[in-house]
Formats: sequence, C-alpha cells, structure tokens
Amino acid sequence: MSGIKPILKKELADHFSSYRFIILFALITMVSMITVYMVGLNIQRELNGVAKPRFVFLMLFTSSGTLFSLVDFVAFFGPLVGLILGFDTINRERNEGTLSKLLSQPIFRDTIINGKFLAGVVVIGVMISSIVLLISGLGLIVVGVIPGVEEVGRILIYLIISIVYVSFWLGIAILFSIIFRSVATSALAALAVWIFFSFFISMGANAIAGALVSDTTQDDPEVVLKQIKIQRALSLASPLILYVDATATIIDPMRKTTRTIIQMGMLEQLSMARFAGPLSLSQSFFVVLPYIVSLLAITIVSFAVSYLIFMRQEIRSI
Amino acid sequence: MESTAVIVTRDLTKVYGHQKAVDRLTFNIKPGEIFGFLGPNGAGKTTTLLMLLGLTEPTSGHAQVLGYEPIRDPINVKKQIGYLPENMGFYNDLNARQMLHYIAELNGLSLDIAEARINVALQEVGLSDEAEKKIGAFSRGMRQRLGIAEILIKAPKVAFLDEPTLGLDPDATNRMIELIRQISQERQMTVMLSSHLLHQAQKICHRIGIMIKGQMVAQGSMEELAQEKLGVGTEAYTLEEIYMKYFKET
Ligand SMILES: Nc1ncnc2c1ncn2[C@@H]1O[C@H](COP(=O)(O)OP(=O)(O)OP(=O)(O)O)[C@@H](O)[C@H]1O
Ligand SMILES: [Mg+2]
Repeated sequence: MSGIKPILKKELADHFSSYRFIILFALITMVSMITVYMVGLNIQRELNGVAKPRFVFLMLFTSSGTLFSLVDFVAFFGPLVGLILGFDTINRERNEGTLSKLLSQPIFRDTIINGKFLAGVVVIGVMISSIVLLISGLGLIVVGVIPGVEEVGRILIYLIISIVYVSFWLGIAILFSIIFRSVATSALAALAVWIFFSFFISMGANAIAGALVSDTTQDDPEVVLKQIKIQRALSLASPLILYVDATATIIDPMRKTTRTIIQMGMLEQLSMARFAGPLSLSQSFFVVLPYIVSLLAITIVSFAVSYLIFMRQEIRSI
Repeated sequence: MESTAVIVTRDLTKVYGHQKAVDRLTFNIKPGEIFGFLGPNGAGKTTTLLMLLGLTEPTSGHAQVLGYEPIRDPINVKKQIGYLPENMGFYNDLNARQMLHYIAELNGLSLDIAEARINVALQEVGLSDEAEKKIGAFSRGMRQRLGIAEILIKAPKVAFLDEPTLGLDPDATNRMIELIRQISQERQMTVMLSSHLLHQAQKICHRIGIMIKGQMVAQGSMEELAQEKLGVGTEAYTLEEIYMKYFKET
C-alpha cells in the first residue's frame, strides 16, 4: 500500500516522543514490578520444601500475589492503554486543520487509518513485550527458576493474544475518534464502552442467567449446568471474557480442569497439578484458537465500520 | 465539455439539509489562467473547492479535474492539485523543512527530488532562513507562505488557494498576491483563487467568477463583466463596482 510508510514513520515518532507514552509506560512498568515482586516472594515461600511443580515460571504471570495477577491486570487495564493511545487519532487532526491537508495529498483515506493503527500496534507491542521481559527478568532473580522451552512458547503466544486484545481496543478508540469531532466526547464514549464490556456484561451475564433458569433446586446439577452455559454464552460477547479465556489455557495449563480453581489456595493448586495432567502446548493452542479468531474478527468489524464512516465524511478545515 | 479546460463542472450541486450551498454550478477553467473566485461569506466557494478535491461528495452534477472525476478517481486528482485550505493546520512540533519532507514523502517523491524541490520552494516563498524553526513559532504570514511552499514541492498543474491572504497585513497581502502571480507564470500553473479582496483579485486574475448564494451569477474577464454590467465605454471601472452591482441585484 503506497503512502503508509511516511504516515507510520511520523506516527511512531509522535508516539515515542509524547508525554502520553512516557507516562503510560512508567505507570505500567511500576505496577508490573510491584506485582511481580509480591508474586515472586509468595511463590518462593510456597515452594519451600515442596517438590517443584511444572510451570513454576508461568505462575509469575498467573498467581495473584496480594492484589491481582499480571494476567488479570492486562485483562482489565490493557484496554485502557489501547483507548488512551487512540481516542484522539482522527479528531485531533481534524480540529487542528491538518486532516484536510493530509487528505489533499494523493493517499487513500483508509491508508491514514491503517498507518495510524499500525503505529499504535507497534507501540502496544513494545509496551507489552518489555513488561513481559521485565517480569521474566525479575522472576529469574526473585524466584530463581529458569523457564523451559515450553514455557517460553506459552509466554510468546500469550504476548501475541495480548497485543491483539489491546489492539482491538485501539481500533475501537480510532472508530470513536472518527465519529466524534470532540476529543473529550470520544474519550468519554470509549471509556463507557470499556466499562460496559468489561464490567457490566460479565456481571450482567450472571444476573440474566440466574433469571432465565429458576433456581428452585440449587443442588440439581442440570440446572446449575444450564445456568453456567447461558452465562458463558452471554459473556462471550465481552472481549474481556474472550481474552481471559484465550489466555487462561495458554498461560495456565492446569486451569482447564475446572474454572473454580481460582478459589483454591496455592498448595491445593500444586497438589492438583500432580494428578491432572496439563494440556500440551499444541492442545492448548487449539483450545484457544477460536477465541483468538473471535478477537481478530471483532477487531476487523470495528475497522470495517471505521472505513465506512470515514470514507464518506466531509473533510473541511475548521 | 471543452476538452482543453483544466476544470469543468456541470450542474454541480451540494445540498446541506434544506440549504443549497452550491446550486447547479457550471463553469470551466482554462490552462494557465488565474481564476478569481469571488463571493460573500457563505456563498459556497469553499464547498465548491472541496467537491473538486473529492473531500466532499456532490449531491448531484458532475465535475472533472484534468480529465478525472474527483469522486471516482481521487488519487489522480490529488496528485495534480495543490490545495491551500481556508484555515490551514500544521504539525506544530515539526520545523518547516520536516513538514515539507513529510508532504514530499506522502507524494512519493524520492529523497533527491524532494531535497531539491524543498530548497527551491523555501527560497521562492522566502523561508530559507527559517527552515529549521518549529512551525509552532511561525507567524500567520510565515505559515501562509509555508502553505504555498507545500504546494510548490508537489509541482502540481493546478492550485486551489482558498483565501490565501486571510489575516495578512497589507504589505504581506501584496507580497502574497505577487508571489501567486509569479508562481503561476513561471510554472504555467492554473490557479483557482478564492478571495474577498477585490482590489487584489482585479490585479492578477485573468478571469473572474462571482458566486452568490450558491450560484455563479457572472463569469468572464474584467472587460466582459464591465461591459455586461456597466455598459461599453465606461473607462474607470473597478471590480468593486461590478461586484456591488451583482451583489445588489440578488
Ligand atoms: N457541514 C455543513 N453542514 C451544513 N451546512 C454547511 C456545512 N458546511 C457548509 N455549510 C453551509 O454551506 C454554505 C456555503 O459554505 P462555504 O464554506 O462553501 O462558503 P464560502 O463561500 O467558502 O464562505 P466564506 O467566504 O465565509 O469562506 C454556508 O451557508 C454554510 O453555512
Ligand atoms: Mg470559504
């Protein structure tokens, strides 16, 4: 595609020299360092005198120290990174009058969206990768275990899914920056969507499932099963749930045996690991593939909508 | 349609809600001429330029720029048009040279050609000494001249200048007008100039179109317009007299 290179180059330069990027990066680094330190100490303590389980290294990412695990952190606050990077992509240029200048050059309108999106994806990739590297490094020091080949493979896949997930939110933010002329409005709208999908849907799903299936006999396994099924189907509408499910089996191979494992203690988890064999890397990959495809699909849909709207918009210098 | 014309429109119309911003506009512009596009605020001048650039879709009617239709083939149209928007924006963090390099890259110019053209353009608009200065620190007049430089490095066949003298002091206005004349002559560039400055327009425009409430009420050379409105033999006519006559009639 012609013309995408200069846009990509300029956007990257803008991102990496912006205060927004620096502050965001510092913030994320800080949180992940604190988290991994807590988790690391925890693991170290728990492992004392216990035979070393498989995938200790992955626990750096999955076990929640005192507050939350790193995977949870990315699931909840990753979207914010995407939104913050993208909410003023198009409307800022429109308000500053540079958009009509840009669009009077011989480039297609979608090239502008693509270039800006791609630059954002690179920034997201850099951020997430450096955090994962940082955690691995810190983990090595605190816990003192070296990741195996399989663990490295799993972390890489996790990295890719995370980048896709955050990029989806970047796409949403860009869409809003096309729809709304005001930067503040698009920021607010993006935030609202984030809250709706991340909190409202996952909580609302429980309520709806409970309402649809009467709970006269709570102990009846069939009823419980049905309730869970409805709940799952509903929450698949949420990118957050898609992401959590996709990463769960990849980064936490023991988890797929039962979803309530989160409520167990560390030792309980470890002992369970002895009996329930973990999914192999390729098995895990096939389990999560549909989730990855779904994430990609909704990203593409948000893009298609962006193109459609932007293509026919009037570009007037204000 | 005339084949030699650079810009041809036929019944070009743009409707916003209930308002006809541009109403069945038919005109053409010949190669190398400076066409003065005059009219009161809200007459539809900017809207017309946007339609010719493919930045907004006409409600009906046709437009052709250098043989291409702006809606069907925007890339080919934009390759050959330099556009100076009404309220131009710049990337304030860049300096003048970086800005021009960005424009050159977007137009697919190679680095050598870009360098050469940028130096010539900076020279021509008188910004050579300020090339490394951040645009954020530019005055209105400097920005306007940088806008002209951006057009020059594209080396376009046609330039659309939407009120290039907006907000300039009298001296800068005269220099801008002179610059436009010079460029148009040296480079055989067709210029479509929208302006409110009748005196200046009279000086450099070969032909003039007067647009009022979305309609082109008159077009032609100064002599033709004078003849039509003031009658033959009137010696000392000005564009202002002609314009006011049309303005009062509608
Ligand atoms: N997006 C829009 N929605 C509705 N009406 C619009 C829109 N853009 C322009 N108009 C109307 O179209 C008419 C023509 O506007 P245009 O900007 O083309 O005028 P103009 O001749 O360039 O005026 P000026 O000399 O003030 O720049 C105006 O009456 C304006 O209110
Ligand atoms: Mg205007």
